Amino acid sequence: MKFRMGVAALSLTGLLISAYLWMFKHGYIGALACGSGECATVQLSEYSSFLGVDVALLGALAYAALLGLAMLGLQPGWLDRQEPTRAMLLLSAGGVLFAAYLTGLELFVIHAICRWCVASAVIIVLILVLTLLDRRRVARH
Amino acid sequence: MAGSSSLNRFYLILLVIAVGGGGLLYWQVRRNVPSISPDVVVTVADTAGFSGYYLGDASAPVVITEYADYQCGFCQQFDMVQFPDIVRQLVETGKARWRYRDFPLNMHPFAWMAAHSAACADDQGRYWEQHAAIYQGTDKWSRESEPSGTFRDYAKRNGLDVKAYDECMMSSKFAGRIKASYDEGAAAGVSGTPTFFINGRLYSGNSTSDGFKRIVDSLTSMSTVTP
Repeated sequence: MKFRMGVAALSLTGLLISAYLWMFKHGYIGALACGSGECATVQLSEYSSFLGVDVALLGALAYAALLGLAMLGLQPGWLDRQEPTRAMLLLSAGGVLFAAYLTGLELFVIHAICRWCVASAVIIVLILVLTLLDRRRVARH
Repeated sequence: MAGSSSLNRFYLILLVIAVGGGGLLYWQVRRNVPSISPDVVVTVADTAGFSGYYLGDASAPVVITEYADYQCGFCQQFDMVQFPDIVRQLVETGKARWRYRDFPLNMHPFAWMAAHSAACADDQGRYWEQHAAIYQGTDKWSRESEPSGTFRDYAKRNGLDVKAYDECMMSSKFAGRIKASYDEGAAAGVSGTPTFFINGRLYSGNSTSDGFKRIVDSLTSMSTVTP
Protein backbone atom coordinates (compact mmCIF):
# COMPACT_ATOMS: atom_id res chain seq x y z
CA MET A 1 0.00 0.00 0.00
CA LYS A 2 2.84 2.39 0.90
CA PHE A 3 4.32 2.12 -2.60
CA ARG A 4 1.07 3.22 -4.20
CA MET A 5 0.78 6.03 -1.65
CA GLY A 6 4.27 7.16 -2.64
CA VAL A 7 3.33 7.04 -6.32
CA ALA A 8 0.21 9.13 -5.62
CA ALA A 9 2.10 11.78 -3.62
CA LEU A 10 4.89 12.01 -6.22
CA SER A 11 2.39 12.15 -9.09
CA LEU A 12 0.55 15.03 -7.46
CA THR A 13 3.85 16.89 -7.04
CA GLY A 14 4.73 16.20 -10.68
CA LEU A 15 1.28 17.37 -11.75
CA LEU A 16 1.76 20.69 -9.94
CA ILE A 17 5.22 21.19 -11.50
CA SER A 18 3.85 20.45 -14.98
CA ALA A 19 0.95 22.85 -14.40
CA TYR A 20 3.43 25.53 -13.29
CA LEU A 21 5.53 25.12 -16.45
CA TRP A 22 2.44 25.05 -18.69
CA MET A 23 1.06 28.21 -17.05
CA PHE A 24 4.37 29.97 -17.63
CA LYS A 25 4.48 28.99 -21.29
CA HIS A 26 1.01 30.34 -21.86
CA GLY A 27 1.62 33.63 -20.10
CA TYR A 28 -0.32 33.08 -16.87
CA ILE A 29 2.87 33.44 -14.82
CA GLY A 30 5.40 36.22 -15.38
CA ALA A 31 8.64 34.42 -14.67
CA LEU A 32 9.73 31.04 -13.47
CA ALA A 33 11.37 30.76 -10.06
CA CYS A 34 14.51 29.24 -11.43
CA GLY A 35 17.55 31.13 -10.17
CA SER A 36 18.57 31.88 -13.75
CA GLY A 37 16.85 32.32 -17.09
CA GLU A 38 17.56 28.76 -18.17
CA CYS A 39 14.12 27.38 -17.29
CA ALA A 40 12.52 30.00 -19.51
CA THR A 41 15.02 29.23 -22.29
CA VAL A 42 13.97 25.59 -22.21
CA GLN A 43 10.25 26.31 -21.89
CA LEU A 44 10.25 28.79 -24.76
CA SER A 45 12.39 26.66 -27.05
CA GLU A 46 10.94 24.78 -30.00
CA TYR A 47 11.47 21.56 -28.03
CA SER A 48 8.86 22.54 -25.44
CA SER A 49 6.30 20.98 -27.80
CA PHE A 50 6.20 17.36 -28.89
CA LEU A 51 4.15 16.50 -31.98
CA GLY A 52 2.36 19.82 -31.57
CA VAL A 53 1.42 19.25 -27.93
CA ASP A 54 3.07 21.13 -25.06
CA VAL A 55 5.51 18.86 -23.22
CA ALA A 56 4.29 20.36 -19.92
CA LEU A 57 0.71 19.40 -20.83
CA LEU A 58 1.81 15.86 -21.70
CA GLY A 59 3.54 15.70 -18.33
CA ALA A 60 0.45 16.97 -16.52
CA LEU A 61 -1.75 14.38 -18.25
CA ALA A 62 0.67 11.55 -17.48
CA TYR A 63 0.97 12.55 -13.80
CA ALA A 64 -2.82 12.92 -13.55
CA ALA A 65 -3.23 9.41 -14.96
CA LEU A 66 -0.60 8.02 -12.55
CA LEU A 67 -2.32 9.76 -9.65
CA GLY A 68 -5.67 8.32 -10.69
CA LEU A 69 -4.23 4.80 -11.04
CA ALA A 70 -2.46 4.98 -7.67
CA MET A 71 -5.65 6.21 -5.98
CA LEU A 72 -7.63 3.43 -7.65
CA GLY A 73 -5.06 0.93 -6.41
CA LEU A 74 -5.60 2.15 -2.86
CA GLN A 75 -9.34 1.45 -2.88
CA PRO A 76 -10.66 -1.59 -0.98
CA GLY A 77 -10.80 -4.55 -3.32
CA TRP A 78 -8.03 -3.15 -5.53
CA LEU A 79 -5.12 -3.24 -3.08
CA ASP A 80 -3.68 -6.54 -4.34
CA ARG A 81 -4.84 -6.33 -7.96
CA GLN A 82 -2.19 -6.17 -10.64
CA GLU A 83 -3.96 -3.97 -13.19
CA PRO A 84 -3.18 -0.57 -11.59
CA THR A 85 0.47 -1.57 -11.14
CA ARG A 86 0.78 -2.77 -14.74
CA ALA A 87 -0.69 0.48 -16.05
CA MET A 88 1.53 2.56 -13.75
CA LEU A 89 4.57 0.57 -14.89
CA LEU A 90 3.75 1.22 -18.53
CA LEU A 91 3.21 4.94 -17.96
CA SER A 92 6.22 5.50 -15.69
CA ALA A 93 8.60 3.51 -17.92
CA GLY A 94 7.44 5.60 -20.90
CA GLY A 95 7.81 8.70 -18.75
CA VAL A 96 11.39 7.83 -17.80
CA LEU A 97 12.33 7.31 -21.45
CA PHE A 98 10.71 10.60 -22.42
CA ALA A 99 12.43 12.41 -19.51
CA ALA A 100 15.78 10.97 -20.66
CA TYR A 101 15.11 12.27 -24.19
CA LEU A 102 14.19 15.73 -22.84
CA THR A 103 17.23 15.87 -20.55
CA GLY A 104 19.41 14.95 -23.53
CA LEU A 105 17.89 17.84 -25.48
CA GLU A 106 18.59 20.22 -22.60
CA LEU A 107 22.21 19.11 -22.27
CA PHE A 108 23.23 18.72 -25.88
CA VAL A 109 20.86 20.76 -28.04
CA ILE A 110 19.38 23.63 -26.03
CA HIS A 111 22.42 23.92 -23.75
CA ALA A 112 20.29 25.04 -20.83
CA ILE A 113 19.08 23.13 -17.81
CA CYS A 114 15.62 23.71 -16.38
CA ARG A 115 15.64 22.80 -12.69
CA TRP A 116 11.92 22.12 -12.73
CA CYS A 117 12.41 19.67 -15.59
CA VAL A 118 15.18 17.95 -13.63
CA ALA A 119 12.84 17.74 -10.62
CA SER A 120 10.18 16.18 -12.83
CA ALA A 121 12.71 13.69 -14.24
CA VAL A 122 13.72 12.65 -10.71
CA ILE A 123 10.04 12.26 -9.75
CA ILE A 124 9.23 10.00 -12.69
CA VAL A 125 12.29 7.83 -11.93
CA LEU A 126 11.18 7.50 -8.29
CA ILE A 127 7.67 6.61 -9.46
CA LEU A 128 9.11 3.87 -11.67
CA VAL A 129 11.15 2.49 -8.76
CA LEU A 130 8.11 2.48 -6.45
CA THR A 131 6.00 0.85 -9.14
CA LEU A 132 8.61 -1.93 -9.60
CA LEU A 133 8.58 -2.51 -5.85
CA ASP A 134 4.79 -2.60 -5.91
CA ARG A 135 4.85 -5.14 -8.73
CA ARG A 136 7.04 -7.39 -6.61
CA ARG A 137 4.64 -6.99 -3.68
CA VAL A 138 1.55 -7.75 -5.79
CA ALA A 139 3.24 -10.79 -7.39
CA ARG A 140 3.77 -12.32 -3.94
CA HIS A 141 0.01 -12.36 -3.32
CA MET B 1 -7.36 -0.30 11.87
CA ALA B 2 -3.67 0.46 11.34
CA GLY B 3 -4.33 0.50 7.59
CA SER B 4 -7.15 2.97 8.01
CA SER B 5 -5.02 5.28 10.15
CA SER B 6 -2.11 5.25 7.69
CA LEU B 7 -4.57 5.88 4.87
CA ASN B 8 -5.92 8.90 6.73
CA ARG B 9 -2.38 10.18 7.24
CA PHE B 10 -1.72 9.65 3.55
CA TYR B 11 -4.83 11.62 2.54
CA LEU B 12 -3.71 14.42 4.85
CA ILE B 13 -0.26 14.53 3.19
CA LEU B 14 -1.93 14.57 -0.23
CA LEU B 15 -4.16 17.43 0.89
CA VAL B 16 -1.17 19.41 2.17
CA ILE B 17 0.64 18.95 -1.17
CA ALA B 18 -2.47 19.92 -3.14
CA VAL B 19 -3.28 22.99 -1.04
CA GLY B 20 0.35 24.09 -0.70
CA GLY B 21 1.19 23.61 -4.38
CA GLY B 22 -2.11 25.03 -5.57
CA GLY B 23 -1.66 28.02 -3.26
CA LEU B 24 1.83 28.68 -4.66
CA LEU B 25 0.49 28.51 -8.21
CA TYR B 26 -2.31 30.92 -7.32
CA TRP B 27 0.19 33.29 -5.69
CA GLN B 28 2.37 33.16 -8.82
CA VAL B 29 -0.58 34.11 -10.99
CA ARG B 30 -1.72 36.89 -8.68
CA ARG B 31 1.62 38.55 -7.87
CA ASN B 32 1.38 40.85 -10.86
CA VAL B 33 4.59 40.11 -12.66
CA PRO B 34 4.26 40.96 -16.34
CA SER B 35 4.24 38.02 -18.67
CA ILE B 36 5.02 38.52 -22.34
CA SER B 37 4.44 35.24 -24.10
CA PRO B 38 5.66 34.50 -27.62
CA ASP B 39 2.54 32.32 -27.99
CA VAL B 40 0.44 35.15 -29.35
CA VAL B 41 -1.80 35.42 -32.38
CA VAL B 42 -1.04 38.50 -34.47
CA THR B 43 -4.12 40.55 -35.35
CA VAL B 44 -4.48 43.31 -37.94
CA ALA B 45 -4.68 45.86 -35.11
CA ASP B 46 -1.22 44.81 -33.91
CA THR B 47 0.48 46.17 -36.99
CA ALA B 48 -1.94 48.90 -38.13
CA GLY B 49 0.08 52.07 -38.72
CA PHE B 50 3.21 50.58 -37.24
CA SER B 51 6.24 49.44 -39.22
CA GLY B 52 9.02 49.82 -36.66
CA TYR B 53 10.70 52.35 -34.41
CA TYR B 54 12.19 55.16 -36.47
CA LEU B 55 14.97 57.60 -35.79
CA GLY B 56 15.75 60.40 -38.21
CA ASP B 57 14.27 62.43 -41.00
CA ALA B 58 11.39 60.76 -42.84
CA SER B 59 12.71 62.23 -46.11
CA ALA B 60 16.21 60.76 -45.70
CA PRO B 61 17.27 59.01 -48.92
CA VAL B 62 18.40 55.83 -47.17
CA VAL B 63 16.50 53.71 -44.67
CA ILE B 64 18.53 51.25 -42.61
CA THR B 65 16.50 48.55 -40.91
CA GLU B 66 17.94 46.65 -38.00
CA TYR B 67 16.45 43.39 -36.72
CA ALA B 68 17.76 42.87 -33.22
CA ASP B 69 17.25 41.19 -29.89
CA TYR B 70 17.82 43.02 -26.61
CA GLN B 71 19.41 39.99 -25.01
CA CYS B 72 21.86 39.35 -27.83
CA GLY B 73 25.45 40.25 -27.00
CA PHE B 74 26.33 41.31 -30.56
CA CYS B 75 23.27 43.58 -30.68
CA GLN B 76 24.25 45.15 -27.39
CA GLN B 77 27.80 45.70 -28.58
CA PHE B 78 26.54 47.22 -31.82
CA ASP B 79 24.10 49.47 -30.01
CA MET B 80 26.63 50.74 -27.53
CA VAL B 81 29.71 51.03 -29.73
CA GLN B 82 28.61 51.67 -33.32
CA PHE B 83 25.10 53.07 -33.08
CA PRO B 84 25.95 56.41 -31.39
CA ASP B 85 28.43 57.17 -34.22
CA ILE B 86 25.90 56.11 -36.85
CA VAL B 87 23.32 58.44 -35.34
CA ARG B 88 25.79 61.30 -35.29
CA GLN B 89 27.21 60.72 -38.77
CA LEU B 90 24.20 59.52 -40.73
CA VAL B 91 20.92 60.06 -38.88
CA GLU B 92 21.43 63.54 -37.49
CA THR B 93 22.86 64.73 -40.79
CA GLY B 94 19.70 63.59 -42.60
CA LYS B 95 21.56 61.06 -44.75
CA ALA B 96 19.80 58.04 -43.33
CA ARG B 97 16.82 57.08 -41.28
CA TRP B 98 17.13 54.23 -38.78
CA ARG B 99 14.37 51.66 -38.37
CA TYR B 100 14.51 49.22 -35.50
CA ARG B 101 12.58 45.94 -35.61
CA ASP B 102 12.29 43.43 -32.81
CA PHE B 103 13.58 39.95 -33.47
CA PRO B 104 13.56 38.29 -30.04
CA LEU B 105 15.17 34.87 -30.26
CA ASN B 106 13.60 32.03 -28.30
CA MET B 107 16.97 31.17 -26.79
CA HIS B 108 16.85 34.47 -24.89
CA PRO B 109 14.22 34.19 -22.18
CA PHE B 110 13.86 37.90 -21.40
CA ALA B 111 14.16 39.30 -24.93
CA TRP B 112 10.37 39.44 -25.30
CA MET B 113 9.91 41.26 -22.03
CA ALA B 114 12.67 43.72 -22.93
CA ALA B 115 11.11 44.39 -26.33
CA HIS B 116 7.73 44.91 -24.68
CA SER B 117 9.23 47.28 -22.12
CA ALA B 118 10.63 49.39 -24.97
CA ALA B 119 7.24 49.27 -26.73
CA CYS B 120 5.54 50.55 -23.57
CA ALA B 121 8.06 53.38 -23.44
CA ASP B 122 7.23 54.14 -27.07
CA ASP B 123 3.62 54.45 -25.96
CA GLN B 124 4.76 57.46 -23.95
CA GLY B 125 7.11 58.84 -26.61
CA ARG B 126 10.30 57.65 -24.86
CA TYR B 127 11.23 54.66 -26.99
CA TRP B 128 14.87 55.46 -27.76
CA GLU B 129 15.67 56.37 -24.15
CA GLN B 130 14.31 53.02 -22.93
CA HIS B 131 15.98 51.21 -25.85
CA ALA B 132 19.37 52.63 -24.82
CA ALA B 133 18.83 51.90 -21.12
CA ILE B 134 17.88 48.28 -21.83
CA TYR B 135 20.93 47.68 -24.00
CA GLN B 136 23.21 49.37 -21.48
CA GLY B 137 21.88 47.05 -18.79
CA THR B 138 21.82 43.77 -20.73
CA ASP B 139 24.69 42.31 -18.72
CA LYS B 140 22.80 43.01 -15.50
CA TRP B 141 19.19 42.08 -16.25
CA SER B 142 19.96 39.02 -18.34
CA ARG B 143 21.45 37.42 -15.21
CA GLU B 144 18.38 38.13 -13.09
CA SER B 145 15.72 35.52 -12.48
CA GLU B 146 12.97 38.05 -13.19
CA PRO B 147 14.02 41.36 -14.75
CA SER B 148 10.69 43.23 -14.95
CA GLY B 149 11.65 45.36 -11.91
CA THR B 150 14.88 46.44 -13.60
CA PHE B 151 13.02 47.47 -16.76
CA ARG B 152 10.58 49.37 -14.56
CA ASP B 153 13.53 51.20 -12.93
CA TYR B 154 14.74 52.23 -16.38
CA ALA B 155 11.25 53.47 -17.21
CA LYS B 156 11.18 55.52 -14.03
CA ARG B 157 14.64 56.92 -14.72
CA ASN B 158 13.59 57.85 -18.23
CA GLY B 159 10.70 59.92 -16.89
CA LEU B 160 7.86 57.61 -17.88
CA ASP B 161 4.52 57.65 -16.11
CA VAL B 162 5.19 54.47 -14.12
CA LYS B 163 1.53 53.69 -13.47
CA ALA B 164 0.77 53.79 -17.20
CA TYR B 165 3.93 51.80 -17.88
CA ASP B 166 2.89 49.11 -15.38
CA GLU B 167 -0.57 48.89 -16.94
CA CYS B 168 0.99 48.57 -20.37
CA MET B 169 3.34 45.80 -19.24
CA MET B 170 0.60 43.88 -17.45
CA SER B 171 -1.69 44.09 -20.48
CA SER B 172 1.05 42.65 -22.77
CA LYS B 173 -0.71 44.63 -25.47
CA PHE B 174 2.33 44.87 -27.71
CA ALA B 175 3.13 41.14 -27.77
CA GLY B 176 1.33 40.81 -31.12
CA ARG B 177 3.31 43.71 -32.56
CA ILE B 178 6.59 42.08 -31.47
CA LYS B 179 5.50 38.77 -32.95
CA ALA B 180 4.57 40.50 -36.21
CA SER B 181 8.01 42.11 -36.31
CA TYR B 182 9.64 38.73 -35.71
CA ASP B 183 7.51 37.06 -38.40
CA GLU B 184 8.33 39.82 -40.88
CA GLY B 185 12.04 39.38 -40.19
CA ALA B 186 11.85 35.62 -40.52
CA ALA B 187 9.99 35.99 -43.83
CA ALA B 188 12.70 38.39 -45.05
CA GLY B 189 15.39 35.81 -44.26
CA VAL B 190 16.57 37.00 -40.87
CA SER B 191 18.00 34.11 -38.90
CA GLY B 192 20.37 35.80 -36.48
CA THR B 193 20.81 39.15 -34.85
CA PRO B 194 21.63 41.84 -35.57
CA THR B 195 20.66 41.73 -39.25
CA PHE B 196 20.52 44.86 -41.36
CA PHE B 197 18.67 45.88 -44.49
CA ILE B 198 19.56 48.99 -46.44
CA ASN B 199 16.71 50.38 -48.51
CA GLY B 200 15.07 46.98 -48.23
CA ARG B 201 18.07 44.93 -49.32
CA LEU B 202 19.96 42.63 -47.01
CA TYR B 203 23.24 44.17 -45.97
CA SER B 204 25.91 41.65 -45.14
CA GLY B 205 28.84 44.05 -45.11
CA ASN B 206 30.79 45.50 -42.26
CA SER B 207 28.37 46.50 -39.49
CA THR B 208 30.49 49.32 -38.15
CA SER B 209 29.73 53.02 -38.36
CA ASP B 210 32.40 53.32 -41.07
CA GLY B 211 30.87 50.45 -43.02
CA PHE B 212 27.41 52.02 -42.93
CA LYS B 213 28.81 55.45 -43.75
CA ARG B 214 30.56 54.07 -46.83
CA ILE B 215 27.45 52.42 -48.19
CA VAL B 216 25.16 55.34 -47.38
CA ASP B 217 27.60 57.78 -49.01
CA SER B 218 27.76 55.54 -52.04
CA LEU B 219 23.96 55.31 -52.29
CA THR B 220 23.41 59.02 -51.81
CA SER B 221 26.04 59.91 -54.42
CA MET B 222 24.38 57.50 -56.86
CA SER B 223 20.99 59.11 -56.28
CA THR B 224 22.55 62.55 -56.83
CA VAL B 225 24.10 61.48 -60.15
CA THR B 226 21.13 59.46 -61.39
CA PRO B 227 18.61 61.74 -63.17
